[in-house]
Amino acid sequence: MAFDSFDAFLAMGGHGPYVWACYIVFFALSLVLIQWSRMQRRFVLQRLAVRQAGANTAGRNIESNGKASADFARVDSLND
Amino acid sequence: MWQFFHKLGSPKWFYDIASRLMPWLLWSGVALFMAGVIWGLAFAPPDYLQGNSYRIIFIHVPSAFLAQSVYIMMAVAATVTLVWRMKLADVFVKSAAPVGAVLTFLALFTGAVWGKPTWGTWWIWDARLTSMLILLFLYFGAIALGSAISDEKSSARAVAVLVLVGVVNIPIIKYSVEWWNTLHQPATFKLTEKPSMPADMWVPLLLAVLGLYLLFGWLACLRMQTEILVREGRTRWVRELVKPGGNP
Repeated sequence: MAFDSFDAFLAMGGHGPYVWACYIVFFALSLVLIQWSRMQRRFVLQRLAVRQAGANTAGRNIESNGKASADFARVDSLND
Repeated sequence: MWQFFHKLGSPKWFYDIASRLMPWLLWSGVALFMAGVIWGLAFAPPDYLQGNSYRIIFIHVPSAFLAQSVYIMMAVAATVTLVWRMKLADVFVKSAAPVGAVLTFLALFTGAVWGKPTWGTWWIWDARLTSMLILLFLYFGAIALGSAISDEKSSARAVAVLVLVGVVNIPIIKYSVEWWNTLHQPATFKLTEKPSMPADMWVPLLLAVLGLYLLFGWLACLRMQTEILVREGRTRWVRELVKPGGNP
């Protein structure tokens, strides 16, 4: 231990405010960056899950009705 | 070798490897970094000239080290983007740029706060500080350019060119303390010489640097996975991953 007491550790020989300001800003900003990255990932996964759930239920409706409500089958017709 | 190179370009392969690596990177990084910082803050002896204010070094040097290393890694990835058109390289550049910007800002901030009690000023327009500020703007430029171009391929190439042009700044940062007169002290670590500090100071510093490297690796993996999910959202393997019961 380089200090005699906890108070001496906090005071850092008069340089306490400088040292602690650096460490607080460093850890605060790093945690914000990490949390932001994790939220981005969660948000992307949620969006993909919602999109997929939408696609799945749409598919199931078509199956359960036996027939789709709208028919997109291409009909070749002669126009001339 | 070439097979490995092509595998490396496959987003799915990278995603799986990253998932397996991430817990190791995170916890070894936290352990090394915290060990270095706690040792440095509480147990390392005070500096005979600067007293206890020098303890800022245990976060200042790792941030500054990583800020430049990340840029060099981005430049390597940019070369790969331009030469081999590898998508994963661009994923890295886009994911790492914000992390690099934050690290550069932290290096500048902790440097300024350290400068006040040591040099008597927060800021001075000397070579080392100015070239670090330019590095911050290069990161901002890469982020802004990347998000301004919506087409994936054009955006990848434009950012890669910008990153490669900016790499000239890195040797300027590195040698600024030797080429010009500056208030900044010379490098703490040199490959060719023993550190000019006692072991009680440089060992914790080295631990903090290594720990921050590992933590950067973890964060880069996390952010790259997110970027891959966005880009590959329509592929079969991502849909398998996202569906209930999958483990993304």
